[in-house]
Amino acid sequence: MGFERVEGEDRGDITLYALSTCVWCHKTKKLLERLGAKFRYVYVDLLEGDERDRTLEDVKKHNPSVTFPTTVIGGDKSIVGFKEREMKEALGV
Amino acid sequence: MTTFEPSREEGENLREQLDREAEEMGYHLNPDLDFTTSLVRGLLVNERRYGYPSCPCRLASGDRDEDLDIICPCDYRDQDLNEYGACYCALYVSEEVLAGERDLSAVPERRPSPEERARAAKALSAPSGEAFSALPYPVWRCRVCGYLCARDEPPGVCPICKAKVDRFERFL
Repeated sequence: MGFERVEGEDRGDITLYALSTCVWCHKTKKLLERLGAKFRYVYVDLLEGDERDRTLEDVKKHNPSVTFPTTVIGGDKSIVGFKEREMKEALGV
Repeated sequence: MTTFEPSREEGENLREQLDREAEEMGYHLNPDLDFTTSLVRGLLVNERRYGYPSCPCRLASGDRDEDLDIICPCDYRDQDLNEYGACYCALYVSEEVLAGERDLSAVPERRPSPEERARAAKALSAPSGEAFSALPYPVWRCRVCGYLCARDEPPGVCPICKAKVDRFERFL
């Protein structure tokens, strides 16, 4: 387990924190793929132990309510939930 | 963490069952069949993984007591239906959304933080005595649908929304 990478155009560091059971998370992943961006993603519900705790701490820094999907773009901008327009704006497409 | 992939058929069967139950109780499942079947498969995964069907769009702790409020249908469904036309994951939608009179938009999380939930539980478990003792029966409230009943113990299953006994709280 851990981060999976999806190849694409480099639009800065993009990390998608998702749940494997969440349909909105899958929609967000598909949106990033459709937009052709390079990104990494992780299914937090499949993590265990320290790895899960560490990852949740990272999510909390960007989204204090720790909800999914949380997409972090360029290290400081984050988008909470499936928001197509916001995502396109953030990626400049 | 092992992964479990319920079949499409299992998902569709449960979706049909939930759809029937929802309509009987005046609720509506999301009419987008692919979307709804995916969510229902998420419920099946969680049922297998945790032993209860917690919301597929929320991170469960694995502790039933801690996750009680997010077992589907969650404690927040009805408020979100009223305010946003859909529950948090959009498995359930309002009459207006079903009729196409209202568009779906992202539903913000209204579940309180773990700290806030602990505080609320503490406040509930220490009710003030007088009004309580004056009643011939305690009154129990279903956290899912708001059903109230006055009897010694809450029912095993809510007669309105079918939530299990542990979703009831002492109301009066």
